[in-house]
Amino acid sequence: MQPAAKYLYYPGCSLRGTGIAYEESLLTTFRLLEIPLEELSDWNCCGATAYMSVSEASATMLAARNLALARQTGVKDLIAPCNACYLALRKTQKMVAQYPQVEQEVGQFLQQAGLPSLDSVQVRHPLDVLYCDIGVKRLRELTVRRLQGVRMASYYGCQAVRPYGEVDDPHEPTRMDEILRAVGVEVVEYPLKTKCCGGSLTGTIHDVGVRLNYILLKEAQRRGAQAIVTICPLCQFNLDAYQSKIRKQTGEPIDMPILYLTQVVGWALGGDFRELGLHRAISGRKLVEQWFTVRKEAETYV
Amino acid sequence: MERQIRYQREADLAWAHSFPQNPGCERLLSCIQCGTCSATCPLALYMDLTPRQVIALVREGFREDVLRSKTIWLCASCYACAVECPQNISITDVMYRLKREAIASGIYPKRFPIPVLAREFYEMVRRRGRNSEFWVVFWMAMRTNPLVLLSMARTGWELWRTGRMSLRLRGIQRRGDLQYLPAASKEVD
Repeated sequence: MQPAAKYLYYPGCSLRGTGIAYEESLLTTFRLLEIPLEELSDWNCCGATAYMSVSEASATMLAARNLALARQTGVKDLIAPCNACYLALRKTQKMVAQYPQVEQEVGQFLQQAGLPSLDSVQVRHPLDVLYCDIGVKRLRELTVRRLQGVRMASYYGCQAVRPYGEVDDPHEPTRMDEILRAVGVEVVEYPLKTKCCGGSLTGTIHDVGVRLNYILLKEAQRRGAQAIVTICPLCQFNLDAYQSKIRKQTGEPIDMPILYLTQVVGWALGGDFRELGLHRAISGRKLVEQWFTVRKEAETYV
Repeated sequence: MERQIRYQREADLAWAHSFPQNPGCERLLSCIQCGTCSATCPLALYMDLTPRQVIALVREGFREDVLRSKTIWLCASCYACAVECPQNISITDVMYRLKREAIASGIYPKRFPIPVLAREFYEMVRRRGRNSEFWVVFWMAMRTNPLVLLSMARTGWELWRTGRMSLRLRGIQRRGDLQYLPAASKEVD
């Protein structure tokens, strides 16, 4: 059987909630690149960090169910856009390969559920696909419009680059910078690009979570960035949703758009404002509208 | 006043020596106490014990001190320490094991939102196969301090306005697959 799509796509729970703009912009970007994506049928939650805190055995089984469903389709590459999903799936693969006991438990679960055993499904991150499969050169060629004079900081968050990922270098990642430059964005030096945003802490120990995000925003601002570009729905949410609180607490005028890489790339490829989910920004809405609303006369310069 | 010293007889060395069997914790006993984990941890500043101290206490078998600490819950699983550790100890996995033990034995600060969130998340996903962000946060708040919902109202409104909040409970179609996961009662107290 010939697989219909080159890539399978595993949205994960966040991309159906707070991270919906990530899904919208990812699908739009891949459509513009003419690469068909097929959603993994009946996918389940990856377990993220919370599930692992309660049960390791069933956390690996849950993640493995997705991998087995992917294997059933015959498509080799599974794109997991959320950093937590990406890590959970890859960690499970590693644990199954490394520990016979985990392999046995997971194998038994899959058998009971009538699913195939795990095989070499490649778990990929959109950044990895954009960089390795499509390439910076091709993205540059396909760019139909450029953001003139807008400076951005690229922010990876934690779980995409360590320790199970192959998205980029865990210490000094640069692929996102290269992609952003290719589509015409000016990139600033940002040493905090892999410092954790606190994940779900903004919802639990609120002040600590907000403080971590304040540090990230403040440093980006100090480095001259006008926006931060993210590749994880939780990072995007944390940096985007609490800026009004930060303004109130610190009195500092921070109002910075927090974009997804796929929104910036998708826009450069000719994507539409709403199709890219750009209308879902909470912070820096004016700038988002100003940058990404297409003016007729501006288009002629490209 | 809380007693500050610990006696050797209170230590549970068998417990400490069970760690290397846990995936990721194999090299725990070879920690050199260099403190790289505490230095790289973005949350160490807010912890009652630093990650280095947690490892030291685990290794010496002071189970209760570790399970009662808030440190294990503040760990956001960013793996910065695990990547930097010169002894290749996956400190994140040590923290995970401690979290699981604290939940399983009921030793965790009651009404402390992080373990409550983890349990709500677990129960939701165990039952339905998917997580619905709104409801997990809602039930966490109800079980810890419902008043925090008021402080979340503004963020909730912003998310609602931009179409980023859904009240729908989600689940997978083949719910039957989940019955083969280890029984919930076995895993949680």
